[in-house]
Amino acid sequence: MSKPEAKKVDRRKFLAGVAVVGAAAVTADSARAAVLPNGQIAPVAPSALRPSTLMAQVDNGVHAPPAALGTHAGLTQGRPGSDYMLDVIKSLNIDYVVTNPASSCRGLHDSIVTYGDNKKPELITAMHEESATAMAHGYFKASGKPMIALCHGTVGLQHAAMAVYNAWCDRAPVIMMIGNSLDATQRRPGVPTTHSVQDPGSLIRDFTKWDDQPTSLGHFGESMVRAYRIALTPPYEPVLIVMDEDLQEKGFAADAFPVIPKFVMPTAAAGDPNGVREAARMLVAAENPVIVADRAARSQNGVNLLVQLAELLQATVIDQGGRMNFPNLHPLYARGGGPIATADVVLGLELTDFFGTVNNFTDSAEVTQGPRVKPGTKLISIGMGDVYIRANYQDFQRYQPVDIAIGADAEATLPMLVEYVKAEITAARRAVIDKRGQAAAAAFANSADRMRTDAAGGAWNATPISTARLSAELWAAIKNEDWALVARDQSVSFWPHRMWNFSKYHQYIGHSGGAGVGYGLPAAVGGALAHKANGRLAVNIQPDGDCMYAPGALWTAAHHNIPLLTVMHNNRAYHQETMHLQRMATWRERRVDRWKIGTTIENPNMNFAKLAESMGVVGIGPIENPNDLAPALKRALEVVKSGEPVLVDVVAQPR
Amino acid sequence: MKRILLSVAALAGAAAFFAFSNAPIAEAAQAQGDVARGQAAFERIGCWACHGHQGQGGSTGPKIAPNPLAFPAFSGFVRTTSGEMPPFTARVLPDQDLRDIHAFLMSVPAAPAVATIPLLQ
Ligand code: HEC
Repeated sequence: MSKPEAKKVDRRKFLAGVAVVGAAAVTADSARAAVLPNGQIAPVAPSALRPSTLMAQVDNGVHAPPAALGTHAGLTQGRPGSDYMLDVIKSLNIDYVVTNPASSCRGLHDSIVTYGDNKKPELITAMHEESATAMAHGYFKASGKPMIALCHGTVGLQHAAMAVYNAWCDRAPVIMMIGNSLDATQRRPGVPTTHSVQDPGSLIRDFTKWDDQPTSLGHFGESMVRAYRIALTPPYEPVLIVMDEDLQEKGFAADAFPVIPKFVMPTAAAGDPNGVREAARMLVAAENPVIVADRAARSQNGVNLLVQLAELLQATVIDQGGRMNFPNLHPLYARGGGPIATADVVLGLELTDFFGTVNNFTDSAEVTQGPRVKPGTKLISIGMGDVYIRANYQDFQRYQPVDIAIGADAEATLPMLVEYVKAEITAARRAVIDKRGQAAAAAFANSADRMRTDAAGGAWNATPISTARLSAELWAAIKNEDWALVARDQSVSFWPHRMWNFSKYHQYIGHSGGAGVGYGLPAAVGGALAHKANGRLAVNIQPDGDCMYAPGALWTAAHHNIPLLTVMHNNRAYHQETMHLQRMATWRERRVDRWKIGTTIENPNMNFAKLAESMGVVGIGPIENPNDLAPALKRALEVVKSGEPVLVDVVAQPR
Repeated sequence: MKRILLSVAALAGAAAFFAFSNAPIAEAAQAQGDVARGQAAFERIGCWACHGHQGQGGSTGPKIAPNPLAFPAFSGFVRTTSGEMPPFTARVLPDQDLRDIHAFLMSVPAAPAVATIPLLQ
């Protein structure tokens, strides 16, 4: 085990299936010889070996020795199955398991904290399964790495279900793991039996990509690695692995742990060259092409490619904000649907709702709808929506006929599209494109002035504090830091996307996907946990209603020292619902002063600073005077830079 | 609820009604609006939910203060709109309340000049 060249091979590269040369002669036996003695730390194993439970232990620096063989009937007879399960998880290089503790997972829980020494993965305590799942959701989007949400079977999964749906709609590969007791004769009676279920996956199967309930360790190894690979094959989606309690807790002979199946990082499907070339021709020939992106970019590379394509075509990019797709201060950036009206070609990249992109719909007593595009506008779709779809939940939106439908991953297809576009641009087209670019730059030139005028005119000095003021004060506080917004900015009228400078993929993580409320705070905590590793300042603009679904996420941030700057957008209402109620009463011509009943969070007013304090998070506020914001944020920044979470309660305008 | 499919073109009819219905409201508009009562009505009825407490606008409704439409056009819109904003008829929003709201919106102080705000430089 002392081949120096083999030791140098990076474990991650090995996991990613990157070539490993010259170590094939190292046998499984020699690896075993290196790891066993008394739990000592063995040298890093050569990565040419297939992943085995021993390899996983060595590579991940397991310090705790395996459990002793039970010497009498009151002890576990052999090595617990959950130790093997942890080895499999370790082989996937997962950093965190977030859990709300549960008896059906007690075997794995123990393995993580004893056998695994609570390192890689480290256990994060959530106060609700929905929060655990949302944390894993936010963490992935900020880090690009999946996290496991470990939940109780049945009731735990029922709690988690809404958050799984959010992750599904948002294409986030959350790895759900739950416990369940299959064998009725081995189950503990009473509650554990009430919490057992024949087919747990059925609860969330409509909105997970794959699930399994393995019945042996070998089966677990295969299914866990398979689930991980499926989840990470675009379109990224959640998966579920059910761990049988008996399998977790039973002892196995020392040599009975199966080899861990190898994981190879999957690649995404790129579009068919014929379709992509046709799309390139159409785009280059267009007089006014518009690109619309929702979850197009999966990484910084996606952003770079989209910028390249947009600049080649001098085409406006409408960023719908499912992810950070395009820099907001780029002259070709647009947020609203306006530019669609004048487009002659629309390229939709991973759109959740192509229909809604090119059609109007007015929520009025008599619904009005119709096309938002000119007659004859050509539509091109690139996305995985047609490749992978489920029938029951309607997140796929209405059917939109298009002229070219490329069933492929947008980011993976962009390099090819860029090349074809380059090849199609003649000198004559170049002149047209350049002219278009000049017009776009001229139109953009005034946008900063417009933003300033709008902000000043948006109740700048008012109480409650305007969302423009809140966003401007926050920007002033963070702009010289390495910051990342781990929240959506819709509720503050998108002011950050008008004022701030989003240029990097990690600076924005989109939204919940499924609009299931209760996502915001835990997803922000998950995002902040991801940014902690890079020393980034995670910023959360937190709606009050959402906060109260799962305020326990604050405790998680305090308990695990997760630096997160939360600024409450406290408009003291489930604000969207207030507007729905007003529509109802006015359409029905009655009692337009009743809309506050059941929609507001007043009388008593929430004190979010005290709420935070009660959970060990520094709480500042409530801030009602806009002039008090700057000092409050200054103090908050000091706290968060010391490595702790902080919350500033800002009583603010509705939007 | 009469939610039926309409083409956008059908909205043209609403615009015609809009102009026609202005005459009686213009008469009522002779009366002076009361700023304080207008602010109270703006809060009670909840115009602010979409337009902000100062009528400054936001992602849901546009800016309607400090320079709202002239009262005839203002009331014509509020009474008859059939778009994203629901119409407030005289049955639910008496003319005097509307006039008071208008007076309140006119009274909202002008925005500070951008040049006087360091944060916006
Ligand atoms: C449910 C949200 C909502 C409520 C409540 C609401 N509005 Fe509006 N309002 C809008 C929207 C959206 C528009 C933009 C036009 C449209 O799409 O209908 C608008 C437009 C207007 C306009 C036209 C502005 C212009 O310059 O063209 C006026 C005036 C107005 N609203 C006044 C009011 C008043 C007064 C109230 C309360 C009695 C009110 N609104 C309540 C959403 C709302």
